[in-house]
Amino acid sequence: MADDIRYLAPIQIETKKDKYCWFKKAGIKYVDYKDADFLLRFVNEQGKLLPRRVTGTSVKFQKKVGQAVKRSRHLALMPYVTDMMK
Amino acid sequence: MTNRYETVFILTPVLSEDQAKETVKKFTAYISNGGAKIHHEENWGLKKLAYPIQKKSTGFYYLVEFEAEPTLIASLETEFIRDERVMRFLTVKMDKDHVAFAEKRRNKSKKTA
Repeated sequence: MADDIRYLAPIQIETKKDKYCWFKKAGIKYVDYKDADFLLRFVNEQGKLLPRRVTGTSVKFQKKVGQAVKRSRHLALMPYVTDMMK
Repeated sequence: MTNRYETVFILTPVLSEDQAKETVKKFTAYISNGGAKIHHEENWGLKKLAYPIQKKSTGFYYLVEFEAEPTLIASLETEFIRDERVMRFLTVKMDKDHVAFAEKRRNKSKKTA
């Protein structure tokens, strides 16, 4: 008698997708606050900064992204508060 | 000791093209009279703001890149505050990565133009 459980379909084991720092990979050293379209990928639909655990950005560049977004908001290139930005 | 700075300022859309040009000239003259060397100027034209400032939804954007003594910045900023035509301004000290990026950006825009 077979004790082991048998599945009809192979079970889906969740494999973690490797996150990496986008800036390190692309070799970008400076985050531009003038390019609002680029910064859009680091904020959510409400225009809030996304955490590092979501985007995978390294500490060094997360700081720079934060700074750039804040500057961009000051110059009205990005909104402080909004809905349905993307 | 001089540093590289980059300033972006927004003028009210109430101004006509000529008035806006005149205001820009005033500030670039102020910068160069203060013993600074202007490296680059860029006119972004009338742009839509992401949120209203002083109940206006558009503004003239202008960017100036220059090399100046740190003491000039404080006086330049008071000049910006005093001028009613300026809605917003931002002055940033450029580090070496920023300078490299700005030069690259300039070359790229030159190629497409």
